[in-house]
Amino acid sequence: MAEVALTLSGVAVAFGALRAVDGVDLSIPAGQRRAIIGPNGAGKTTLFNAITGVVPPTEGRVVFEGHDITNLPPHKRAALGIARTFQITNLFPSLSVEENMVLALRGLSPQKFSLFGSPDLSTADQDRISRALRLAGLADRSATVVTEMAYGDQRQLEIALALVATPRMLLLDEPAAGLSPSERSIVADVIRGLPQELTVILIEHDMDLALGLVDYVTCLHEGRLLVEALPADIRTDARVQEVYLGKPHHA
Amino acid sequence: MSGVSRSKSPMGALVVLAILAVGVIAPFFLSRYQIGLATQILIFGMLAMSIDILVGFTGRTSLGHGAIFGASTYVVLYCVTQSGLSPYLAVLLGIATATVLAAIFALLAVRTNGVYFLLLTLALGMIVWGICLRWTQVTGGENGLRGDIRPKALSDYKDFYWFILALAALVTFGIRRFVQSPFGLTLRGIRDSDSRMRSLGYNVPLHLFIGFTMSGFFAGVAGAFYAFFNNFVSPSTVALTQSVESLLMAIIGGVGTLYGSFIGASALIALQNLVSSHTERWQSVLGITFTLIMIFAPEGIVGKFRALREKYANKH
Ligand SMILES: Nc1ncnc2c1ncn2[C@@H]1O[C@H](COP(=O)(O)OP(=O)(O)OP(=O)(O)O)[C@@H](O)[C@H]1O
Ligand SMILES: [Mg+2]
Repeated sequence: MAEVALTLSGVAVAFGALRAVDGVDLSIPAGQRRAIIGPNGAGKTTLFNAITGVVPPTEGRVVFEGHDITNLPPHKRAALGIARTFQITNLFPSLSVEENMVLALRGLSPQKFSLFGSPDLSTADQDRISRALRLAGLADRSATVVTEMAYGDQRQLEIALALVATPRMLLLDEPAAGLSPSERSIVADVIRGLPQELTVILIEHDMDLALGLVDYVTCLHEGRLLVEALPADIRTDARVQEVYLGKPHHA
Repeated sequence: MSGVSRSKSPMGALVVLAILAVGVIAPFFLSRYQIGLATQILIFGMLAMSIDILVGFTGRTSLGHGAIFGASTYVVLYCVTQSGLSPYLAVLLGIATATVLAAIFALLAVRTNGVYFLLLTLALGMIVWGICLRWTQVTGGENGLRGDIRPKALSDYKDFYWFILALAALVTFGIRRFVQSPFGLTLRGIRDSDSRMRSLGYNVPLHLFIGFTMSGFFAGVAGAFYAFFNNFVSPSTVALTQSVESLLMAIIGGVGTLYGSFIGASALIALQNLVSSHTERWQSVLGITFTLIMIFAPEGIVGKFRALREKYANKH
């Protein structure tokens, strides 16, 4: 069996009486592409928040590559190689694409503490940034200020930011949310082009998009794990059809 | 708000040199009184610029910087008049005190933002004010501390002006370098999105701590030399009004512009001298000016100028 990248055991996140995530057990092998699907409010984003430390789990344990990260703050989880994108675009709006990328690149480098150092980039850094921008389909955009970018390009920058520091696990929260069909296929290509060894967890509502990109699918419903199945089997699963469509359905 | 442009255009450098040159020859054309005002503008411009590091580049509005600035002034006056230390050593101690005080403020404030940050720094500043008012044996209470402490080499008012001008140029260069550095970029990142910064691996409170402490260091530099300028300090130097006025200087000049701080300081200090100083009338004039700026140039004077220039450039 392949090495396990991420293990969740009995993870729960409660907001008062609401258990947004309710006792989820999950194990994701290193290098796997995993989709997490589920209707609105199923707890998908909250699960990501529990994995990345934005909202620490109220119960259960999160183990990443052998480290128990249940109680680590987000920046320490990032230091272990966990990167994410946000469902609601979360960039540095007043900065240029390049400055966004520089911040993403230096998050784990001691250079971020250079108090009076030159802002100029080394050629190596410049290369890494151009490579990540090219991978995300944003070549030649480095001088653009984020607020002046089209929404679709901002979504691509979301991914580029998470990629440039070469994480070990990438969490994508509805990367194609709100995009046109042609923009969605760009995002799909970006995801397909991700390095083989990178573990990827993808939240996506659009099954057509998600199922073509992943090895395995987890469906959440009301904070609980409903079904885990191969992409080929998920559409025909009665329980999945029920939560998505409210009644059994034959494709 | 994207911060000081990194342009290394010869035009920009030329403008800065021209302004510096005007600053250098100004004393030959100004009265003693006016040179005093210019010196004051430079000192408060430095204070406003230290606040701009937080307001403009970090997205955190401090109402405690008057206290940090004034603490430095107190220490310098106390060391020279009461302990008989050399004024130069006193300046170093004043700056060190301001920096440590800022670090203490920072420890308490870095986990907050928005109005909580504002209120917390306000409250901390009030504590400093309270101490300066009550600890009479050391601070002289309401009477404050007075003494002709300026070193001999700087006793001439023109020499002192030139010295402060050079210091302001150095501080401006330092702050500019600081906000443009790799670390300065992290502050702008926090201003724009601290949740994204955390997920990229940044320890946001630590960065805010360092940023606030550095900002306090520069405020302390301004405060220490204010002691040489004023030869007097009283609780009003550490009072809330001081914090508010210097914050207004930064805002009126244009937050995130750095140089705007000197424009804001000029505007406020000139106005203050037109309106017979600290009367109640001054408070109203200050309020009205601020309201007008917020209505007609919310981006501040320098910000407005830049916006107009960009608009003009885009048309051609
Ligand atoms: N910070 C919070 N405080 C209180 N309730 C929250 C918080 N975050 C999420 N919730 C609630 O938790 C539930 C799960 O939300 P979550 O955002 O995880 O769903 P989701 O599966 O990502 O849905 P969507 O597909 O709409 O993005 C929802 O009922 C939501 O209102
Ligand atoms: Mg969601």
